[in-house]
Amino acid sequence: MEKLLRNGITLAIIGKPNAGKSSLLNAILKEERAIVTDIEGTTRDTIEELIQIDGIPVKIIDTAGIRETDNEIEKIGIKKSLEIAQKADLVIAIIDASKILEEEDREIFKLLEGKKGIVLLNKVDKNIVLREKEIEKEVGNRTVISISALNKIGIDKIYETISKMYKFNEISIDDSFQVTNERHKQAIRNMLVHITNAKEAIEKQMPIDVVTISITDILEEIGKITGESVSEDIISEIFKKFCLGK
Amino acid sequence: MSYFAGDYDVAVIGGGHAGCEAALATARMGFKTLMFSISLEAIANMPCNPNIGGTSKGHLVREIDALGGEMGKNADKAFIQSRMLNTSKGPAVHSLRAQEDRKVYHIEMKHTLEKQENLFIKQAEIVDIGVEDGRIKSVETNIGAIYNVKTVILATGTYLKGKIFIGDVSYESGPDGVFPANKLSESLKKLGIEIVRFKTGTPARINKRSIDFSKMEIQNGDDEIEMFSFENETRKIEQVPCYLTYTNQKTHDIIRKNLNRSPLYGGEIVGTGPRYCPSIEDKVVRFSDKERHQIFIEPMGTNTDEMYVQGMSSSLPEDVQIEMYRSIAGLENVEFTRPAYAIEYDCIEPSQLKLSLELKKVSGMFFAGQINGTSGYEEAGAQGIIAGINAGLKLKGKEPLILDRSEAYIGVLIDDIVTKGTNEPYRMMTSRAEYRLLLRQDNADLRLTEKGYEVGLISKERFLKFQEKKKLIDEEIKRLKSTTIKPSLELNEFLVARETSPLETGTKLSELLKRTEVNYNDLQKFDLNRKSLPKEVVREVEIELKYEGYIKMQEAQVAKFKKIEKKKLSEEIIYNDIKGLSLEARQKLDKIKPSSVGQASRISGVSPADISVLLIHLEQNKRGN
Repeated sequence: MEKLLRNGITLAIIGKPNAGKSSLLNAILKEERAIVTDIEGTTRDTIEELIQIDGIPVKIIDTAGIRETDNEIEKIGIKKSLEIAQKADLVIAIIDASKILEEEDREIFKLLEGKKGIVLLNKVDKNIVLREKEIEKEVGNRTVISISALNKIGIDKIYETISKMYKFNEISIDDSFQVTNERHKQAIRNMLVHITNAKEAIEKQMPIDVVTISITDILEEIGKITGESVSEDIISEIFKKFCLGK
Repeated sequence: MSYFAGDYDVAVIGGGHAGCEAALATARMGFKTLMFSISLEAIANMPCNPNIGGTSKGHLVREIDALGGEMGKNADKAFIQSRMLNTSKGPAVHSLRAQEDRKVYHIEMKHTLEKQENLFIKQAEIVDIGVEDGRIKSVETNIGAIYNVKTVILATGTYLKGKIFIGDVSYESGPDGVFPANKLSESLKKLGIEIVRFKTGTPARINKRSIDFSKMEIQNGDDEIEMFSFENETRKIEQVPCYLTYTNQKTHDIIRKNLNRSPLYGGEIVGTGPRYCPSIEDKVVRFSDKERHQIFIEPMGTNTDEMYVQGMSSSLPEDVQIEMYRSIAGLENVEFTRPAYAIEYDCIEPSQLKLSLELKKVSGMFFAGQINGTSGYEEAGAQGIIAGINAGLKLKGKEPLILDRSEAYIGVLIDDIVTKGTNEPYRMMTSRAEYRLLLRQDNADLRLTEKGYEVGLISKERFLKFQEKKKLIDEEIKRLKSTTIKPSLELNEFLVARETSPLETGTKLSELLKRTEVNYNDLQKFDLNRKSLPKEVVREVEIELKYEGYIKMQEAQVAKFKKIEKKKLSEEIIYNDIKGLSLEARQKLDKIKPSSVGQASRISGVSPADISVLLIHLEQNKRGN
């Protein structure tokens, strides 16, 4: 349990092309992402996005950038998906409800074996040809959820299921604050230094304008977590993580 | 009929606190300068409070002085009482405030202008500004004189379409009974300048004979008087006292009963008033739970019995004013010499200006003072000297002088109004400055004298003197840091008496001085190699050492601030083409055209996410090239 709190869970989204992986990711990240870069030429390989569900950090491994090749088998990126699924604690398989079940979908299901997994039946707002029952037959006792990633239907249900699966509700996070990001951790460390400085200035009966110097520094560090302060570091981080083409 | 009246470099329109500083600056920089005032009797007039300085405003005056301006020197000539405010608080917020003899202040400033080489004062109203191809060409007076000029500095104060309100009576007027300037606004509108309407107000003046001072608290000046100007030695004068009294429930009842007769609440006044300098009716309405408000009775000069009633500005009818003033302790039989009034006037939306105070759309057209939506003599003077300097630098073909937020209150003031605009008369306050521990009134000379010297407003002689002072400070700090003091019976007795721990081993003098309980002069008898140093040197040494750690912390903040301030944004950037910026950010950035990412980050409506996008855009451009 402690490990879960500290490291969170890693979640992989797999599915054949056009099943709705990107739409699902966007739907999930919609409120979470502070900076949305829609600059053309953004090349990403697998990148990791961090969200929180009931206060528990969930790392999503995004396969959106996997290049599809002409190679028949590689087309659905089975090999890459396999790698990702192996790394993940939880695998979400997404399939298109508006199309009949294909061999490729069954390949995807195979990746769930020996893993915790959820199956999402996407595009249920379209003409449904696949039903939950049919899927359940294929995947045994795994939870199947009908959603529409594009219209953000059923997203809450995904959160609920994950939460129940890991018994998040049994973890008390009332009196312990969870830090899920190294940058945030650093900001809090800095904050502690500034708090000590402020306390010291107060004890020394320094004038208020002196105390406010440290208060300003504290606010600046808080801002780094809430996204209200922009620091150069974030930008250089971005340039390190992504290759932003011209 | 109009006639051609000559060629000049600069025309300053207005002879108030902004106009005086602007005109003196350009004339002293060697440019043939005209200054127009509707009445020469109104030069450097104080139509409201008869004092200079006060919290944060005292800082501005010292900064003006350090740049080579006149306000501090003139205030030093005409003061009749002086106090250093906030001395119980830290050095960052100490502020000098002086009661001035209003007439003497006017006469002294007028005479300084008259004596100034290159400066020509004219009593006239400017009715039109000639612009050709986006550049200043000429100004025209109400009697038809056309002067060709290269730059214009508008410092019209509250004169533009000035309108005075006293209850249901209103009439066109400038402040203090001077004519308004009714035509210039139209000329500005024709140039496409956005005009807004603000209002301000002033209390009644009353006759000293009719006041019962025995019911008030007396407020005397300081025993040891400090001057505003770094060039002036202290001057002993017979100081005149001020008095403190309070409003009461009865005063508030009279106001509430008559609110319907106020043009402010009746809707006749459309201009926005200053939140930080409200009329008494505003205070009573907005702070209805407060039982009383402070009222200061201040002398207007030494050869007059007129007194100013600070805190009682109003636009209620005269009969109501008299009734409410007479409800106050000590004013039971008060006689008015002039009633309180509200004045409404045209000013410009200041975000149309660059940080140099030049209008973005007309080359050579500068604005300073209340026309930029500020309030206060000191705020006006501060903008005046900057507009003057920058008009001069423009004529010299040089880059403008822009003080940033870490260098001066003047920088904070100008950055605020130009970047954010203002929807009420803007007043300087210490809380607006981020780096208060560095921007002290005592070190304004250390911060700005060099800049004043570079632009040519500080004489060589003064600059050398300044460098000498700086050297003394540096040397003394160095000496204190390298001198060890050994524990002795006498020293430890002294330290214990001051309720601080005795020394066990030798320690540096500088370390001992860091203790709040110990000051520089105390250590005289333990520090035998000490040179006798001027008072102002000792003060700097003491502050620099006592707050050293905190000053360093603030300097680290400034370093961070400068980093993002140095990321320049070209005026050519088309924000609409930058993907990822919010719609609001695109519009605001396009309007303000900030000169740096730092400035952009202070525009309301531009979010941290937008700033990230801008930084990415800059970085991409850099990589692309």
